[in-house]
Amino acid sequence: MKISYYPGCTLKSKARNFEDSALASLAALGFEVTELERWNCCGALFSLTTDDLLHQLAPVRVLIRAQQAGAGKVTTLCSQCYNTLARANRLMREDEEKRNTLNQFMTEEPDYHGQVEVVHFLQLLRDEIGWERIRAALKRPLTGLKVAPFYGCMLLRPKEVGIDSPVKPSILMDFIAALGATPTDFAAAEECCGAYQVLAAPEAGLKRTRRVVEAARASGVDALVLSCPLCEYNIGKQQQELAAPGGALPVFYFSQLLAVALGAAEESCRFDLNAAGARELLEERGLIAAAARK
Amino acid sequence: MTTVKTGIAAELIPIYIMGKRYLVPEALTIMKAIEYAGYQFIRGCGCRGGVCGACSTVFRREGDYKIYSGLACQTVVEPNMHLAQIPFYPALRRPYDYAAAVADGAIVAQLYPEVFRCVACNACTKICPMDVQVMDYIGALKRGDLALAASISFDCIQCGLCASRCMAEIPQYHVAQLARRLYGGKLAPRAEHLAAMVGRISSGAYRALLGELKTMSAKQLREVYTGRQMEPAMTDESWRPDENVGL
Ligand code: SF4
Ligand code: SF4
Ligand code: SF4
Ligand code: FES
Repeated sequence: MKISYYPGCTLKSKARNFEDSALASLAALGFEVTELERWNCCGALFSLTTDDLLHQLAPVRVLIRAQQAGAGKVTTLCSQCYNTLARANRLMREDEEKRNTLNQFMTEEPDYHGQVEVVHFLQLLRDEIGWERIRAALKRPLTGLKVAPFYGCMLLRPKEVGIDSPVKPSILMDFIAALGATPTDFAAAEECCGAYQVLAAPEAGLKRTRRVVEAARASGVDALVLSCPLCEYNIGKQQQELAAPGGALPVFYFSQLLAVALGAAEESCRFDLNAAGARELLEERGLIAAAARK
Repeated sequence: MTTVKTGIAAELIPIYIMGKRYLVPEALTIMKAIEYAGYQFIRGCGCRGGVCGACSTVFRREGDYKIYSGLACQTVVEPNMHLAQIPFYPALRRPYDYAAAVADGAIVAQLYPEVFRCVACNACTKICPMDVQVMDYIGALKRGDLALAASISFDCIQCGLCASRCMAEIPQYHVAQLARRLYGGKLAPRAEHLAAMVGRISSGAYRALLGELKTMSAKQLREVYTGRQMEPAMTDESWRPDENVGL
């Protein structure tokens, strides 16, 4: 079955370290996805206003593009894109009245009924590729690295589109184990990163940052992996506002550690785009070559 | 359909200009039909050749809810079309320092933050008389892809109709022009053969040839001009003229 890849806007700009490392990993695994030739921003949020169909146009159009590309599935990396697309897809599958209104509005597009399946990249790794195949392809197992998952909200909630149990997920723990690292759970793994509060109420946002970082430190983790550029901003970049004792807690996109473990070219990881501490940790552990310091 | 026989070859057909019915000869362009009906274009008309973007028309067809558009100088009248000219639609172009501008997505976000309000309604694409995929170039700009936006918007003639339809109030064509200028001047690879040619011209390599032309009579000039070998309409880039005296 053909699988289309939907990148989303942020991965083409600020989060190249997420996309490049994921695509390099797929290449290393010998697994193929095709980027959609035409696509638009998904809108980044699923509108909760039930009569607001306007904001469903963008994600539904993306699904139509995947259908036009002849794909049975469309995969995406960003948790928010995943959540928005998956929920819009459910709407098109289950709500006949709204589906009709949307299809009639978009007379320039073919009708869409939710035929394409939306899968997050982690589901692709788990269900299409499988942890075993990843394990077998490891070039540089992350032995000894204590890595904790940070799911945030959008991978797990609401449960209708969650990629795993909303209360006791294991997918990222299994992923971390498959890389040869030490999966380490911690108290805030399924909590919210603060989302857009960073703009509306920065102080409230920083409270979330502090809570997550302190909980992770308390469990003795070396690094967090996550799957969302906004989470990465809130938990990674915003640490500089905290001046936490003990220095920065490194935060990675899950795909970056995958690329390192699979021995993909290091340029694909773009550690220069990560917050402080990420690249240094991997150098220290001898997982990547030390870069020349400026 | 109401048709009226006239002394001249064309039949008259009814059209509605801003709601008023006129009989105009069929096969006229909208622009000529409006003039035939007695209007005079003081603005909203430029090249009459489909390239300046001054003459946008919006129209409906009877029994059809859809809105159509066209360039008045290019589109032929149809019986019972209801039309109005939209010669101008306010859309502001934000000033910036071209020399200092860095060609990436950040400048688009800074000058036109409203692009992030796009909801992908596609009304802009549907109205574009040049069949430009307007929504798609706005989408490309949201992700900072100036090269893609420049390429998708290449046929834009700045008519402004897209901006008239945008529920996000985006002046799409100004944003696209920004993208093309930044891409063209700062990102696109330089054409080296062009620089070489300019160099040859300024070194005076063609001065004698020009001097020769200057001494010709009008009759001789006309002969040279009409006798020149034209590139066939359908050919590829391997085509060369038999004689290449000027190059
Ligand atoms: S944790 Fe925050 S940014 Fe990440 S998915 Fe949840 S709300 Fe979004
Ligand atoms: S993109 Fe907009 S301004 Fe350009 S030709 Fe199309 S409608 Fe006119
Ligand atoms: S009309 Fe405006 S909101 Fe609608 S797709 Fe075009 S740019 Fe986006
Ligand atoms: S008058 Fe210039 S495009 Fe019609």
